[in-house]
Amino acid sequence: MKGNTELRVRKAFFKHKLGIIGMIILILLYLMILFADFLAPYNYQSTKRDFTFSEPTKIHWRKDGEFIGPHVYGMTKSRDPVTFAVKYVKDEEKIYPIRIFVRGDTYKFWGLWETDIHLFGIGLQDDAVLYLFGGDRFGRDLFSRVLIGGRVSLTAGLIGTLIAVVIGAVVGAFSGYYGGWIDVVIQRLIEILRSFPRIPLWLALAMLLPPTWPSTTVYLGIVIVLSFIGWMGVARVIRGMVLSLREKEYILAAQVIGQSNFKIITKHLIPNTVTYLVVVSTLSIPGMILGESSISFLGLGIKEPMTSWGLLLKQAQSLSDIQAHPWLMIPGLFIILAVLSFNFVGDALRDALDPYRTVDKV
Amino acid sequence: MIVKGTNLKKYFPIRKGIFLQTAGHVKALECVDFELNENETLGIVGESGCGKTTLGRVITRIYTPTGGTLEYITPEKKLLHLEKAVDKHQLKRFRRDFQMVFQDPFSSLDPRMTIGDILREPLDVHKIYPNQRERDEYIEYLLERVGLYPEYTARYPHEFSGGQRQRISIARALALKPRAIVCDEPTSALDVSVQSQIVNLLQELKEQEQMAYFFISHDLDLIHHVSDRIMVMYLGSVMEAGRADEVFHHTSHPYTRVLMKSIPHWDPKQRKLDKIHLEGEPPSPINPPKGCPFNTRCPEVMERCKKEMPQLQPITDNHSVACWLFDD
Repeated sequence: MKGNTELRVRKAFFKHKLGIIGMIILILLYLMILFADFLAPYNYQSTKRDFTFSEPTKIHWRKDGEFIGPHVYGMTKSRDPVTFAVKYVKDEEKIYPIRIFVRGDTYKFWGLWETDIHLFGIGLQDDAVLYLFGGDRFGRDLFSRVLIGGRVSLTAGLIGTLIAVVIGAVVGAFSGYYGGWIDVVIQRLIEILRSFPRIPLWLALAMLLPPTWPSTTVYLGIVIVLSFIGWMGVARVIRGMVLSLREKEYILAAQVIGQSNFKIITKHLIPNTVTYLVVVSTLSIPGMILGESSISFLGLGIKEPMTSWGLLLKQAQSLSDIQAHPWLMIPGLFIILAVLSFNFVGDALRDALDPYRTVDKV
Repeated sequence: MIVKGTNLKKYFPIRKGIFLQTAGHVKALECVDFELNENETLGIVGESGCGKTTLGRVITRIYTPTGGTLEYITPEKKLLHLEKAVDKHQLKRFRRDFQMVFQDPFSSLDPRMTIGDILREPLDVHKIYPNQRERDEYIEYLLERVGLYPEYTARYPHEFSGGQRQRISIARALALKPRAIVCDEPTSALDVSVQSQIVNLLQELKEQEQMAYFFISHDLDLIHHVSDRIMVMYLGSVMEAGRADEVFHHTSHPYTRVLMKSIPHWDPKQRKLDKIHLEGEPPSPINPPKGCPFNTRCPEVMERCKKEMPQLQPITDNHSVACWLFDD
């Protein structure tokens, strides 16, 4: 029964503990980027000169032993008279309580309407900030930037994989179904393209994007560059599957009926490879996220003031920076989290969809 | 007459190397002549690898013949040559008239489509019912015709048994109201009890719908039961052809005689021990023997058989044999 198959797949999936954890983390991450503007206490572009490289703000709960709720103190910037290093001295007289639904920077919610309500924050103050992950070189809030940067990183992986899988499935199916010289040409082309080292090829392709392009167009360009490499692995496997599927009698039956080759590929062959496509998609998203991060990290991807996790990591390129401002590494943790979660979910899906894995491990 | 094949050949190239040079051919069909008339069942018998299935697929134009002619006579008595590249519309017209039931009911239905989708496909391809309600009613009617419940349209193939799947397969072939159906061993993957049901269904439908069958099987009893005429094949060539009872009761070709002797008798006491046994395997179709293809195993082999290929010669009105024994 179809219902039973679905039930079995669902059961097998939910038995995979890491898969569920990965799934929950992914849902949270995607909810996070969906409401990033609202969750972020600041606009990711707004700079505060007085708070460059400020360390993560400490949240206090008590004043003089008395509980007064979460609050931060005002800060004044000063320099160490000997080393000239920047120091922030807290001013315990100035108390800024952290409130929810506070008014702050204005932003356009989903590009629809303008608002200035943020989930939490201390409002716009001159001498105090709430920088949970610290501040960057321009005194921008790293936490807000991580939330917004996730939009690029997480969707680039998703869209890039989608494009790569669609191209891979179609090219692979044509190659396998027609066979003969079409197959030979496509396969040799894939072999040649795959024998290029990956990162130089990415960089070369990313260089093709004109620097004058607006950041949204660059983003799309990066996604296409990423999927340019990704489709080839999918095409190879789909070709192999189609080679065996096309000998099935239902394909012959469709030919006898008079169905066109194009419809045979789209209606019979590709739907029969869909379980593989689902698994390969989830397992190749992490590669895409890492790819986008690598390109941006090397400075050829997303450009400031737009941001992504890879671009945020770019600030942490030198050892002295990391030593002085270790919080600049935080975006890397988010990359690791997302990549691991996708891998766990992919593993769980692969095991769940495997029809030969009927006996459950105790 | 519906189709006529003369001198039909089908060679499959064996390709090797980077540039896919042709290294040789599998000669699946070597000079096959046949004709299929209206409302008749033409049975094809032979052991594995003799080219029965290839012939079925050449006739339905899944494969393009390598040589010879394949003519289709339309209901309007127009002659269509199918051996070369055919005009798209004409091929579509031919497809409507010529359907196929396959051997393996477990691979002949797309596992990702419901029964309704499977039966809808031929109707949509040929745009027979533009009206959705009429089309769905016709699909339910088809299911009833093959002895299934009309409620089955929403189900998937894996929910059915082999016999039921074969019925669905027959319903799909029937959907376009064809003039002829190629049945490629439609019962060999089924239980014996189910086999007879499917055969009876096919015969019933033939009488009601006025169709012709091109019935491929290795089961001699079955072929005798369903066929009006029979063709016996060996290694891509026709050995003996004629009216069914003629071939069965006046078996002439040495190969057919061996085949007939190999039918197990229902009564164990009647089983003869002095049967003629065939030695060895059929030769490879990549490198068939010179002369008569059967000369390597024939109990009555002569010098001539190793040099010249015998042609199909009529010995009576309804019976012809390709063997030098009958050359006067």
